[in-house]
Amino acid sequence: MATVEPHRVRSGRGTELGLLVLALAIGVGAYALVGVGTEGDVPPDVLGYGAGLAGLALALHLVLRWRAPFADPVILPTTVALNGVGLAMIYRIDVAYRAKEGHELFAAKQLLWTTIGVGLAALVLILLRDHRTLRRYTYTAMVVALVLLALPLVPGIGTSIYGARIWIRVGAFSMQPAEFAKLALAVFFAGYLVTHRDTLALAGSRFAGLQLPRARDLGPILVVWAGSIGVLIFQRDLGTSLLLFGLFVAMLYLATERLSWVVLGLLMFAGGAALAASVFAHVAARFDVWLNAMDPDVYDKFVGGSGQLVRGLFGMASGGLFGTGWGEGRPDLVTFAESDFIVASLGEELGLTGLIALLMLYVILTQRGMRAAIGVRDGFGKLLAGGLAFVVAWQCFVVVGGVTRLIPLTGLTTPFLAYGGSSLLANWVIVALLLRISDDARRPAPAARGLRPDEPLPPGLLDAHDDEPDDAQPMPVPYEHAVGAAPDDDNPTQRIGGLS
Amino acid sequence: MNTPLRRVATVMLVMFLALMASATWVQYVQAPSLNADSRNVRTLYREFGNARGPIVVAGAAVAQSVKVDDSFGYQRQYTDGELYSAVTGYYSIVNGSSQLEKAANDQLTGRGDQLFFSRLRDLVTGRKPEGAAVETTILPAAQKAARDGLGDQQGAVVAIEPSTGRILAMVSTPGFDPNALATHSSGDAAKAYQDLLAADGNPLRSNATLEIYPPGSTFKLVTAAAALESGAYDEDSELPAPVRLDLPQTSATIGNFGGGGCGGDPITLADALRVSCNTAFAQLGMDLGADALREQAERFGFDSSLTIPVPVVASRFPQDPNAPQTAQSAIGQFDVAATPLQMAMVAAAIANDGRLMRPYLVERVRAADLSVVAQTEPELLSTAVSPGTAAQLTDMMIGVVSSGSGTAAKIPGVQVAGKTGTAQTTDEAAPHAWFTAFAPAQLPQVAVAVLVEHGGSAGSEATGGRVAAPIARAVIQAVLDS
Repeated sequence: MATVEPHRVRSGRGTELGLLVLALAIGVGAYALVGVGTEGDVPPDVLGYGAGLAGLALALHLVLRWRAPFADPVILPTTVALNGVGLAMIYRIDVAYRAKEGHELFAAKQLLWTTIGVGLAALVLILLRDHRTLRRYTYTAMVVALVLLALPLVPGIGTSIYGARIWIRVGAFSMQPAEFAKLALAVFFAGYLVTHRDTLALAGSRFAGLQLPRARDLGPILVVWAGSIGVLIFQRDLGTSLLLFGLFVAMLYLATERLSWVVLGLLMFAGGAALAASVFAHVAARFDVWLNAMDPDVYDKFVGGSGQLVRGLFGMASGGLFGTGWGEGRPDLVTFAESDFIVASLGEELGLTGLIALLMLYVILTQRGMRAAIGVRDGFGKLLAGGLAFVVAWQCFVVVGGVTRLIPLTGLTTPFLAYGGSSLLANWVIVALLLRISDDARRPAPAARGLRPDEPLPPGLLDAHDDEPDDAQPMPVPYEHAVGAAPDDDNPTQRIGGLS
Repeated sequence: MNTPLRRVATVMLVMFLALMASATWVQYVQAPSLNADSRNVRTLYREFGNARGPIVVAGAAVAQSVKVDDSFGYQRQYTDGELYSAVTGYYSIVNGSSQLEKAANDQLTGRGDQLFFSRLRDLVTGRKPEGAAVETTILPAAQKAARDGLGDQQGAVVAIEPSTGRILAMVSTPGFDPNALATHSSGDAAKAYQDLLAADGNPLRSNATLEIYPPGSTFKLVTAAAALESGAYDEDSELPAPVRLDLPQTSATIGNFGGGGCGGDPITLADALRVSCNTAFAQLGMDLGADALREQAERFGFDSSLTIPVPVVASRFPQDPNAPQTAQSAIGQFDVAATPLQMAMVAAAIANDGRLMRPYLVERVRAADLSVVAQTEPELLSTAVSPGTAAQLTDMMIGVVSSGSGTAAKIPGVQVAGKTGTAQTTDEAAPHAWFTAFAPAQLPQVAVAVLVEHGGSAGSEATGGRVAAPIARAVIQAVLDS
């Protein structure tokens, strides 16, 4: 056996700091350019704004140094850049709205939500020392998710806005509980599937080439599936339903590795969508708008017409390859330019170039999340990180695809860019969880000594990296091994230097 | 679990690639058609949000954009809007645009190719782009004389500088006030537009360039030119001039105006033109043949449309007339039809030794920093007749004004060459009165064509010599005085 050098892993915190400077330059630069484009001069408070944004980013950076020193160094700067560009665009749309009478303004509120979101992310990183703690709350998460999904239907606090009953309002405070439900659902799916994936995948009868699971294994999943269909029917919210369903199918595939389930899930959703399209006029209208957007009859229809979608396309087209520039376009001509259609606003002012750059940021963010999932050792962490990264990508796909007419338009917010407190908070928590899991994935294993081929793994090795050995583990270690049927799963050897 | 994770990561990548593809589809592939969509108000807003360049007549803006405090930012304003309406046209959010406002839109908005470098500079310096000024060739005095001469009669006047083709006056009556169409109040603008559409005489359509009328006896200039160019005739050639001319293949006949003779039979070509003898010219037309007439007409500009840069519809000579139709065509009846601009071009070509210059309305385009970005150079459109033919035609036209049907165009001390026309339209309506002329005959500075629809205020008593000639005289006087 060769002697083994202690495996040095770079924490990446220095890289992160450098990238943060770049990300802040993008966000604050965008804010300054909005001022130049609209008022002809840099906004007077640009220094204060820049200092505030930098303070938030640096605070989170310091929390990472303190509590998750090996977290992925790219995730935070990417998020800060996206959030900064979103803030600048919302401020820019505010400028346009200010010129019109009686328009609600959004930038200040979004800044407040950003602050709270960053604070929440810091809190998650400080309090949640190990993501596996969440596994204890698998069924709590399920109940929370279902309650959150049902809340808008409760008379008195549920509010119907533009036909979709997805809001709750308590006093002056309103939120979209579905954004948090997706978080709780990811936790539930990860916890439930990691325990039941073998029985789901292997037990049960085969039918027409498909491995069908046993009903009792499927039970809780069916409950949640019914919940997301309920959202579709009772809250008339296609977007959230599609989002939850995609999360559900993706995580089921991650856990069971059965493509047949994905096919089954897609068929179920296609069937559900077809049924919904034939039963509900508002669903059928979405398809009509998608297929015949440019048709004058569809365009002119006041309710459920394609006017908003087509105006968004007009905006993006007028932006062309390089955009009109910050503050030089007319994004305010599209309704919901600050939320559902912020991608059209960005496409107009930053052009195709800018839009593709933003999409690349999402690619980086979500692929980094997947990388954390691949790197982390426990099945729960893999499922949770994979599910969270997927749900961010999926949400982008559903909303950007809708705005660019790739798929029918359903109302969803673009993560980090669009206005919306609930969305911002939930997505910052997602980022905090990805950071937490990536810290676990990238942390060097303390075992620097090579093992002899016949030597059994010392007990507790898998969790030996934990700083606080007295921290309660959600599951006994051997369990992971007992369940870990897939050979590439939960395999710590990759991280222990020089085993072979 | 790493295999499915990798696969899902690939699927996520593919999802984003699909988004990039669809964004490219919208913003690059489909962008031109989306930007051209009439429902896309963005294009309008962008145009209205920038300072549009002025349309300038003799150093003064007759159309300009004035900063206002509404969602558009600029309001188009017209000075003497009705006087120049056939030149400027209108520019309206609700109703679109016409004439120079439409034809020179690229220059006025600053988007024209000639303005590429100003645009580039604006981009670099961050200055708001400004449109260029379009300076017209119009001479205000001539324009006013033409407008005053027409008064409340429906018709058109076009005056051209023969040596260059510069358009000195272009009036169409009834005109309209472009300010009413350009107002940002969409209700008012739409109502003004509907009112103008319903108004008598179609004010929105310029009679000078977009309507064609039977030119009547003014077309005898073309017939005479064809005869002289054939080499078989000169101004002293004798032509048969019966009181009535029997037309072959039909029982129809052609008579002279007033039903009388032409003061002799036969008469010379010069006298036939001087008294506008129908029978002599009808016979001459049949002798020359339709092809010779058409060829001559086309050399004067018939049968082709023009952009000056406002659009000019093609004047026409019938495609395949039989002998009696040719006879009718030779005196500017049957299917012959011409714009007033076309008849001014006939006079201008004769005035310029037979060389027809391309008429133009825009002298130069000046960028917002006053640098000249485009200057129109005079250009030969065609050689209509030889200098010899032009000289003979000039002599004959002088006779028309000095002792023929156009004496009302006489100006003391100035030799005016002209030709009258009285064109029948239908049996019920009064004939159109025409006069086309140039002066001074030996060193022409202006060629003019006047059309008064259905005889104007003189009604059925109207002749070109009585109704149209005085207007032409006033315009010529205005040009010579300035």
